Amino acid sequence: MGKYLIRRLINYVVLVFIATSMAYLLAASSLNPRSHFLGRNPPVPVTTQDDILNRYNLNDKTPVIDRYGHWLNGIVHGDLGRDYDGGYVGANLSRRMWVSGQLLLIGTILGGLVGVAAGAWAAVRHKKFADYSLTQGAFFILSCPVFVIAILLQVGATRLNNAVGHRLISFSGQYDPAHAGGFFSNIGDRLDHLILPTITLTLAGASFLMLYQRAAMLDVLGSDYVRTARAKGLRRRTALVKHALRTALIPSMTLFTYSFATIFVGATFTETIFGWHGMGEWFVQTIQGSDTNAVAAITAVVGALVLLASFLQDVVVGFLDPRVRVS
Amino acid sequence: MTVPSQELIGTVTAESGIQGTAAIDETRVPSRGRIIWRRFRKQKSALFGLVLLVILVLMAYVGIHLTKWGYQQPDYDSFAVTPNGSHWFGTDAAGGDLFAMTMRGAQKSILIGLLVAVLATGMAAIVGASAGYFGKWIDGVLMWIVNLLLVIPSFLIIAILSPQFHNNLTLFVVLLGMFIWQVTARIVRGQTLSLKEREYVLAAKYMGVSGPRIIFRHILPNLASLLFIDATVNVSVAVLTETGLSFFGFGVQPPDISLGTLIESAQQSATTQPWLFLFPAGFLVFLLLAVNLIGQGLRDAFDPSTGVAI
Repeated sequence: MGKYLIRRLINYVVLVFIATSMAYLLAASSLNPRSHFLGRNPPVPVTTQDDILNRYNLNDKTPVIDRYGHWLNGIVHGDLGRDYDGGYVGANLSRRMWVSGQLLLIGTILGGLVGVAAGAWAAVRHKKFADYSLTQGAFFILSCPVFVIAILLQVGATRLNNAVGHRLISFSGQYDPAHAGGFFSNIGDRLDHLILPTITLTLAGASFLMLYQRAAMLDVLGSDYVRTARAKGLRRRTALVKHALRTALIPSMTLFTYSFATIFVGATFTETIFGWHGMGEWFVQTIQGSDTNAVAAITAVVGALVLLASFLQDVVVGFLDPRVRVS
Repeated sequence: MTVPSQELIGTVTAESGIQGTAAIDETRVPSRGRIIWRRFRKQKSALFGLVLLVILVLMAYVGIHLTKWGYQQPDYDSFAVTPNGSHWFGTDAAGGDLFAMTMRGAQKSILIGLLVAVLATGMAAIVGASAGYFGKWIDGVLMWIVNLLLVIPSFLIIAILSPQFHNNLTLFVVLLGMFIWQVTARIVRGQTLSLKEREYVLAAKYMGVSGPRIIFRHILPNLASLLFIDATVNVSVAVLTETGLSFFGFGVQPPDISLGTLIESAQQSATTQPWLFLFPAGFLVFLLLAVNLIGQGLRDAFDPSTGVAI
């Protein structure tokens, strides 16, 4: 078993390394950091441009392979390189991962809980009104791209704020820089800024999970052991929760584990639209800003987290599924 | 030699034409496609999705010619007007007719969605079936590539390459297709592993039928339902990805229009000029809803035993 895990781990590391290298090479040859000097007034002399770009290993006049070698050397020594404006990629990365984590933690957990609860309930009320309305609702939300939901929520919040007469819900940034107050007032301000992004993430996550949970629950509800549980005299609620839901949780738990493990990857649309400076927003900015080193770092982190997530999935399934646990 | 047989066919058809029509219809076994269509038709939501899709496609490809405004032809007399008789969806701040622009964007999104879906499903079918059928090193290499592509954040790679394919539709479609076939390829591989032990595949194999021929004639037709459903799902995945990329300026780029670019440019004025946001966003949501409903209906029609979402 240990040998198998180690082999798998090595395979993972190799995959992440190749993916990151590919991202670096593609970004280095496709993006153009020199564009930052375009249209500057007074114009920046070419030698100065080269100087600056060389300092950050971003010069397009250096062959891609040389830049790659330089970058790889840095990686081996734990240095992720520099931004085009001299910032350290490593420092930015850890700060932004933390911001994304803050943003996604509540939304992901809420989405998981709401999705599972709604799905299980819809299955129990199979072919009744609650089932139809929940399923159709989830289907409709699934057909709404995240950016449409987010902008609609912003419009709604603006209407609400105007109707109330003062700013009830804030939706740009993590906190209000002009806000002065004590510790609790600051926390309140931050929570206020979390409302809309959290609703967005919850809706998107829950609708997806709900349909899964409903399908899994329906499969289980017809099975013999649930009928046996009822027949031996268990209450309906106990039979449903302890016997049916427990088994039906396995597929949705694997999905949930996956989204939980990737909360540090960020949510590109939610972060960009609500002005949270996390990984998702950074990813868009680095490509628009031709930041090769940062792009490679993001790829590495995303790749590693995705693999970690799939690894965790296996562990969770093993934990939940008695058949796997016993063997 | 040919004359008698022709005569025979003639008599049979003539006879059935005169007296046997009703009887033959009753005993005729309906084809698989007909059964599936019948089951599909019975589901109200699936039929609703199909009708909705037809309406949307007609709007995009026919409706655009009914308005007198072109999508690149601003009306300098009406800037940012609300929907009215001349400008059905209103105009933007530069006087562009939103109806024409939305329909143009929809054409792009629909076209890209269909092409990408066909490409991705085709690729998943061929790679998955080859890996499963041939096994050995072919399986190893193909599945390794599949795993690698799963690790690479596809959205990121397409975004990185976006300066290169500046409105080159073919390249964009190929790139989008490249990144959404892996999961299906795995499923197809798994199915192929069990299909290739079946008697009819073994029989074909021992008769000397070549590997690729077995895959195309015996294995893939048996996975048709899976592939059909997958292609439908892929349409909505492709449209979502395309509009998302275009939203950030990584997909379809100005001067060309996609629903994503329209929604992006309406974002700032969504509260003051809501029609600029609501029409393109509404079209996109209805398009995705129609495709999703059809996919759901197909799933239930192919496999009525589940009768369950997803």
